[in-house]
This record gives sequence, C-alpha cells and structure tokens, in this order.
Amino acid sequence: MTLTAILFYAFSAVLVVAAVGVITSRNPVHAALFLVLAFINSAVLWLLMEAEFLAIVLVLVYVGAVMVLFLFVVMMLDINVAQMREGFTRYAPLGIVVALLVVIEIGSVVWVKSLGVEPTAPAALATGVEGYSNTRALGELMYTKFIYPFELAAMLLLLAIVAAITLTMRQRRGAKQQDIAAQVAVRPQDRVRLVKMEAEKDA
Amino acid sequence: MIQLEFVLMLAGLLFALSVAGIFLNRKNVILLLMCIELMLLAVNFNFVAFARQLGDLSGQVYVFFIMTVAAAEAAIGLAILVVLFREKKSINVERLDEMKG
Repeated sequence: MTLTAILFYAFSAVLVVAAVGVITSRNPVHAALFLVLAFINSAVLWLLMEAEFLAIVLVLVYVGAVMVLFLFVVMMLDINVAQMREGFTRYAPLGIVVALLVVIEIGSVVWVKSLGVEPTAPAALATGVEGYSNTRALGELMYTKFIYPFELAAMLLLLAIVAAITLTMRQRRGAKQQDIAAQVAVRPQDRVRLVKMEAEKDA
Repeated sequence: MIQLEFVLMLAGLLFALSVAGIFLNRKNVILLLMCIELMLLAVNFNFVAFARQLGDLSGQVYVFFIMTVAAAEAAIGLAILVVLFREKKSINVERLDEMKG
C-alpha cells in the first residue's frame, strides 16, 4: 500500500464523514461548513487522481464563491431551526432504506467484472512526460474540440447572472428615480403660467 | 495505486448519502440545495475517475461543464430562495402549496 493509497483512503473517510455531517447537522450553518469540508476533501482527492486544474477550480469556485453565497443566504435568512427539524426522525428510516438501496445497486454494478473497463493501463494519461501540464492539456481540449459547449457554458453563466439579478432586484420605496419618459413628455403649458398684470408704478 | 472500483464506490456512497439527505431534510429548501450540490460532486467523481482510467481528458472537460451548471443552479436557486423568504417569511417546503401541483 503506497502513501498515495493511504492518503486517498484517509481523505475519502473524511469526505464521507463530512457528507454525513451535511445531512444530519441541526444547524444549516454547520451543514454549509460541513459541505465546505467535503469540497476541500474532494479537491484533495482530485489532486491525487491527477485532475489538478479541476481541484483548484473546485476550491476557487465552490468553496470561494458558491459556499460563501450559501453561507450568506443561510445567515441572512432567519430560519426557525426547530420547526425545520419536524419530521426528521419520521422520514429517517425511509431515507436510510433508500440510501442503502442506492449503495447496493451502485455497488453491484461496480463490482461486476464485466464492467467493460478492464484495468488496462491505468496511467494512460501522459502525466509522466516531462513538462506535462493538466491545465494546458485541458485548455487545448476545451478550446478546440469543446469550443461550442464552452461558449454555451459562458452563455449559461450570463443567463444565471441576469436571472439572479432580476429575481432579487426590487424597487425600494421612497427612493428618488429619474423617469426619462416623463421628463421628455413635459409641455410648457403644464408647467409655466403667464400672468398679465399692470406695470407697477413708483408711488 | 488508486483503484477505479474504490472511487466509484466512494462516489456511489456520496450520492446515496445525498439522496438520504433529501429524504431527511425535506422541509428545508437550503439543505435540499446543498444535497443537490453534493450529488453533483459525486457524479463529478465518476467523471474524474474514468478520465484517469481511460486516459481521456474529455471526462475532465465534462466535469468543468457540470461545475458551470451547478454554479448557475446554485445562484438562481438561492435567488429564488431569497425572494421566497421575502414573500413568505419562511422557507418551509410544506408552506409552498399555492400551485396545488
């Protein structure tokens, strides 16, 4: 058993414990922090599986952005934790049964030898070559073969920005705003009144 | 040497845990969103493992796209959640019954 394998098993154990923490913790803030732990452990596991770029992206995007957003929302909303926990024990047996079923099904698929992916040459990625860079290889693939999906992903992110902003933006009451249409439509006869009067004389 | 079967089992376990989490926390929308994030992570594990096993980086590109979709989903989901909380002062799933779907 190599050091890599030992590290892999250790981080996998922490990952599973963190996942259990996410689904069972009483406080949503704790659940979010457990999810951060799970993401960081996954990043380490991906590093061990030679997906260096994705590991860094996982930390930057998920831990740095998505989970901070989650924590922000969790802390901003005033959640009644006790009320949310109602029915937790009632649904626990069903949840455990479904989880066991999923584990058994996936396990039976994985352990069947006729998976089609016989462990041939595991290090088929050219990682041993001098000057190999996972980021560079991924970039070359992404900007050539996957250029259209890449552009679609960019569109999707733009869509997400627009959707999130339109959903959460609201007009604050009492805030002064410029109404250009009303400004343009102003007519002098509505605003200005010309008054005829005698010229005033000095006494 | 990391075995493919072990990674696949780990991903399966993670997926099963998040499915169980959806059953356990079926009232709290925030925890449901977190469980969905965990599910997508489990799926990504499979892609990374097979990319390594088959020596094909396309799997890692797919992980990249899945992460894009997951980030968009989290952003829009949380935005909906904020609007929901503003309207109802609660994020209980059982109170969301106007549409009678």
